[in-house]
This record gives sequence, C-alpha cells and structure tokens, in this order.
Amino acid sequence: MRRLITATLAAALLASTAQAQQLNFDDPVEFDKQRQQLTAKANGPEGEPWVQYYGDAIVDTAKFKKDGPYTVCFSNAGVNNAWRVTGWTNMQAEVKLHPEIKELIHVDAEGSDDKQIADIDDLLNGGKCSVLIVSPNTTAALTPAVEKACGVLPVIVFDRGVNTKCPVTFIHPVGGYGFGIQAGEFVAANAPAGANVLLLRIIPGVDVLETRASAAKRIFKEKGLNVIGEEFTEGDNAKTKSIVEDYLAKGSLDAIWMDAGATAVAALEAFEDAGKPLPIITGEDQQDFLQKWKAEGFKAIAPTYPTYQWRTPIIAAVKVLRGDPVPGPEWVMPQPAITAENLDQYVNDKMPPLHHAMCGCEKLPDYPAAWGGK
Amino acid sequence: MTQPASMRNIAPARRRLQQINPVYFVLAVLIVAIAVSNPSFVEPTGYMNFLKRAAPLAILAAGQIYVIVSGGFDLSVGSLITLTVVGSSMLLNNNADATWWVILVMYVIGALVGLINGLVVSYLRVPSLIATLGMMITLNGVAFMWSSGSPRGYLPETFRYFGRVNIQGVPLIQFLPVALIALVMVGATFYWLMHRTNFGRMLHAIGDNPRAAKMSGVPVERVRVLAFMVSAFSAVTAGILLGGFAGVSTDVGIGYELQAITATVIGGAQLLGGRGSVPASIAGALTLTAIFTLLNFVGLPKPTRDVVQGVILIAAVVLATYRRNRTGT
Repeated sequence: MRRLITATLAAALLASTAQAQQLNFDDPVEFDKQRQQLTAKANGPEGEPWVQYYGDAIVDTAKFKKDGPYTVCFSNAGVNNAWRVTGWTNMQAEVKLHPEIKELIHVDAEGSDDKQIADIDDLLNGGKCSVLIVSPNTTAALTPAVEKACGVLPVIVFDRGVNTKCPVTFIHPVGGYGFGIQAGEFVAANAPAGANVLLLRIIPGVDVLETRASAAKRIFKEKGLNVIGEEFTEGDNAKTKSIVEDYLAKGSLDAIWMDAGATAVAALEAFEDAGKPLPIITGEDQQDFLQKWKAEGFKAIAPTYPTYQWRTPIIAAVKVLRGDPVPGPEWVMPQPAITAENLDQYVNDKMPPLHHAMCGCEKLPDYPAAWGGK
Repeated sequence: MTQPASMRNIAPARRRLQQINPVYFVLAVLIVAIAVSNPSFVEPTGYMNFLKRAAPLAILAAGQIYVIVSGGFDLSVGSLITLTVVGSSMLLNNNADATWWVILVMYVIGALVGLINGLVVSYLRVPSLIATLGMMITLNGVAFMWSSGSPRGYLPETFRYFGRVNIQGVPLIQFLPVALIALVMVGATFYWLMHRTNFGRMLHAIGDNPRAAKMSGVPVERVRVLAFMVSAFSAVTAGILLGGFAGVSTDVGIGYELQAITATVIGGAQLLGGRGSVPASIAGALTLTAIFTLLNFVGLPKPTRDVVQGVILIAAVVLATYRRNRTGT
C-alpha cells in the first residue's frame, strides 16, 4: 500500500515538473536571446521592418511554385480587439498591392479554437486555396489542424505559434521577453532605487503576456525596485482606474508597468483625478496613449507588438507561390519601441484613439480612411 | 394569493423597521473593514471615490430590480452599456457641442431596446432569459458593426462630465462627484416609482402571481414592457457614467448584467419575482463594490481574492434567503 502511494506521488510529482517545464515563462536563455535581438541589425531594406528578418536561415520553396492568379486563404483567430482590427486592415490593404492575388478568403474564428479547427477543415475541403495563412487562436489546440493542412498546401503561420515545424515559415516579432525588457529597462533607468512600481496586467496564463511580466520582474529585481503589486485588469478601463485609485489611496506610486497598453490612459487619469503628478509609465502604440503623452510630456515608453506583422504573411505567400525563398522556418522581425525621441513620428491626432501606430500602413492603399482616420 | 402580497407591500413602515434587511448590516461591516484596513477611506477622497465608482452598478441594479420583481431577467443591460459608450463615441466624433443630442439619442435607443425586450417577452411569450440573451448578442453585434471594433472618436470632456468630474468646494464633504448626484436622483425616482405608485404595486403582483394579477385587472403585458424600459433606461445611464469614468473601450459592459442581478439578490430580491426593493438593490450594489474594494486594499494575491470574493457573495445571498424564509418578507 505504502509503495503504491509513493509510486503515485512520484508519478504525480514527475508529471507536475514536466508540465512546469513545458509552461516555463521565465526562461533565461530565451530572455538573453530576445534582449540581443532587440539591438541586433536585421536583414532586409531599412525602414520596411515588415520585410526585415533576423539571422540567415532561409527556406527553399521551389516545390510550391505555381502559376497565378492565386487564392489566398486566411484562418483568423479573431478580430476581437483593436490590435487585431488594425492588423486585419493592414492585411487587406497589402493584398491590394499584389495583382497576382485574385481573391483573399477570410474566415474569422471569433476567438474559438473549435471554430478555427472547423474553419481550416472547410477551407481545405473547399479546394480553392493556393496557400493557407493561419493566425492561431491557441498554440496547442490548433497544432493538429495546421499539421493536416501542411499535407495539402503551403501553410504560413503568424502572430501566435503552433507546436509543429511543418509550416513553411512562422512569422512573428521578437517576442514577449523583448516587450518586457524594453518596458522594464525604461522604468529601471528612470526610477530611483527602491521606487514603488505597480504591475498592471490583463489576465494571467497567456504565454506572450507571462513572458513580458517575467522579463520585467527580472529587471526590477536586478535594479532593486519595489514591486508593490501585480494586478489583473482584464483590459477594462474602469477596473484599471479603480485599481490605481486604490493604490494611490494606500500610498505613493512612482511607476506603472503594463503588459499591454490598452488601458494606460485610464491608469493616468486616476493620477489626474487624485491630483497627483503623473508617474513613469509604460504603454503601447495606441493613439490615445501617444496623444496624451505628447500633450502632457510625462516619462513614458511604448513598446510595441507591431501590427505591421499582418502585412508579412501576404508578402510571404506570394513569394512562396512564386517559388522564391523566404526567411524560415522562423521569420523573426524587428519589434521597435516608441520613445520620447521618435514619438512625433507616430503620434497622429487624425487617427482614431484605438489605432495602433506601429502599423507600417501609412503608404498602403486607402490610408488613412480604411483605418478610420481623417 | 394577491391579497396578502399586496397587503405586505403597503404594510406599515413599523413592520419594515423591525425587520431591517441584512444587506445594510453586511454593507456596514464591509465599510468598517475597509476603513480599518485603509484609514484614508474615511476622508472624502476615500468614500467619495468609492461611491462614484459604485454609482453605475447601483443605478443598473436599481433598474434591474424592476424586471426581477416582475419575474424576469434582463441580460441585455451589459451590451446596452457597451452600445451606449461605443455609439456615443461614434456619434460625437470628437465634437463636444453634440453632447446633448447624442445623450438624447442614446436614451431613445435605450427606450427602443427596452420596448422590444418587453414586447417579445409579453406578447411573443419568449422567456425573458432567452429574449434578453438574444438582445445581448444582437446589441454586441450592433456595437461592433457600428465601430468595426475600433471606435472612431474620443468622448469629449462635456460627455465625460457625468462620470468623471467632482464638483469642488462643497462644504463639509469638500467635493461631490456628479455621478453620485445622478445616483441619488435616479435612486429616488426609482424608489418612488416602485414603492409609492400603483405601477410598483402591480409590478409586485405580477411577479408574485401573474395569473391572479391578470384576473384582478392588472395590465400584465403593459407593466412588463415598462419594467424592461426602466431597466434599459438604467443601462444607458450607467453607460454614460462608465464612459465618463474611464473613456472609450469596446468591452466596457461585459459582465455587468450578472453583477447587477447579483446585487439585487444580495439586496434580498427573489429571482422568480414578487419581492425586491430599490434601496436594498442599491445597497447590494454598494456591497458588491465594497467587497472588490476591500480585497484590493487588503492586498491578497489574486487567486485567494477570487475565493474570498466567491465565499462572501454566497454568504450574503444565504443570509438574504435565510431572512426571507424566516420572516416571509
């Protein structure tokens, strides 16, 4: 009996460590790699980061060569937040630059794994697609569907990844650690040792967000900053403002670090309404934040998860169908941050408040009207 | 059946005094706990910010109780809040002069939503849970279609006035949030409408026993429709305050329908209708907000906080149910 219990315990322990390893969001090796990529020089044309890439790995695509015109199919995880709205607009505009594409078939999974798996099946069965672009809703759930598609036609994955190397290439910016490093280092460089930092996060358990937080916490610990709280806002303005109000009622706050900038303005308003000076803050490339930053001149940085990455899968798809080589099996692109020095380049009060400025879309057809600008 | 029910509701105030709703005690305990864990709460900035933050949910609960008392649910209020915020930002298009007519348009939209909810429930005999669920999905879709997921404009300060601004220089309390004035006005009107008018008595009668109410001459359908319109009115008001408090976002109303229903239950309402009061529902909303605030101040880690929050909620509802079973009111 006792042996049985010991064996079960051991097995359980083993299983839990295995899982812990799989879900490691604080990987020093990946942290260092991304930190280097942030300052490395990317290959490709200067000023067009959506076609730039790090490293020299290239995949040959001669076997996919096909005569046009092409039908590009896109299985989209969702258009359920402002970031994805900007990105999706970018992609539609990019298609207009390629006369060899006769049709873009878009299916929206509305944030559901099941729907996306069915969507991919439908696209394959329809038999019209020359190439399939996938922006997976979640990594593990979509892996089998992507593997199945790989057997039928060339597949290009971007944004979130899948656990298989079968796609021609996986397009993504530097990554979550990189975002956390840019924001964390700015706070660490501007706040005195021992300063109070509040971490505002959207939700726990999402890989790209967890790595942002772990990278920042690593930096804050190195610099001896005092993390006085880590709160989850669910991306809700009212909740964000309430949380910050409560912290201000309890004591002083020197800096606010955010894992995503959607609610940065609400956090700042809590300081304004309490009559306190604005803190050091890290936001994102949303116009409402950039415009407030420009107007008020507080100490800030806006790391980005650039929406220009939505242009790249179309560019890659056309290359693959022509049989031209593309960067792969991972196409890692630059992930710039907006700073006080280059803020003027991105702030634009003609664009709507939730527009993401790092879109690389200014020279695309129908700009700015298609993005809601004037 | 109707006789005792209506008797209870016009029962003398004396009886009500003897049986003070436990939600007020729960609220008092929570307020004391907040004050102990964070002494600055007793200063105006502390408690006024709390009331300001609670105002949208309190107004929403005061509207929801109308539908609950009539024996239904209104699940569409959260999406109506979202539609109000997103729609206002689209219509305003950064033009501060448009504030007044935009607010008017929002109330007209709200009235239509309430009217449709009420008509579908009353005349097409669709259960309110399903009818308002359908409305919720529809309104979320409308808000998304209208804005393509990315609202085009800011809310100008004239619009945000109601949810954000504090009137300064008020004697004794230093400042007074406009949102609190809105809560007091809406609360008083809703209290009068439910507890001092014939309409309110008919509402209780319908929830208690619709058939008996009908036979004694209550225009059941019309009263139900009105209840949904009151609820929609409260949702538009809450939307204006929430948009004012925190600005434009596309998911501002998510979860508010359930919070509002929870608030009314904490306030002792009976989910199948017939019982409930406006002040107790407002107290229920304040209790719910007080729980969130207290747990923020105590600084427990998030998972622990969720557990504590759930336990307090269940305890409050159990307390309300226990009292109702014991006293029958």
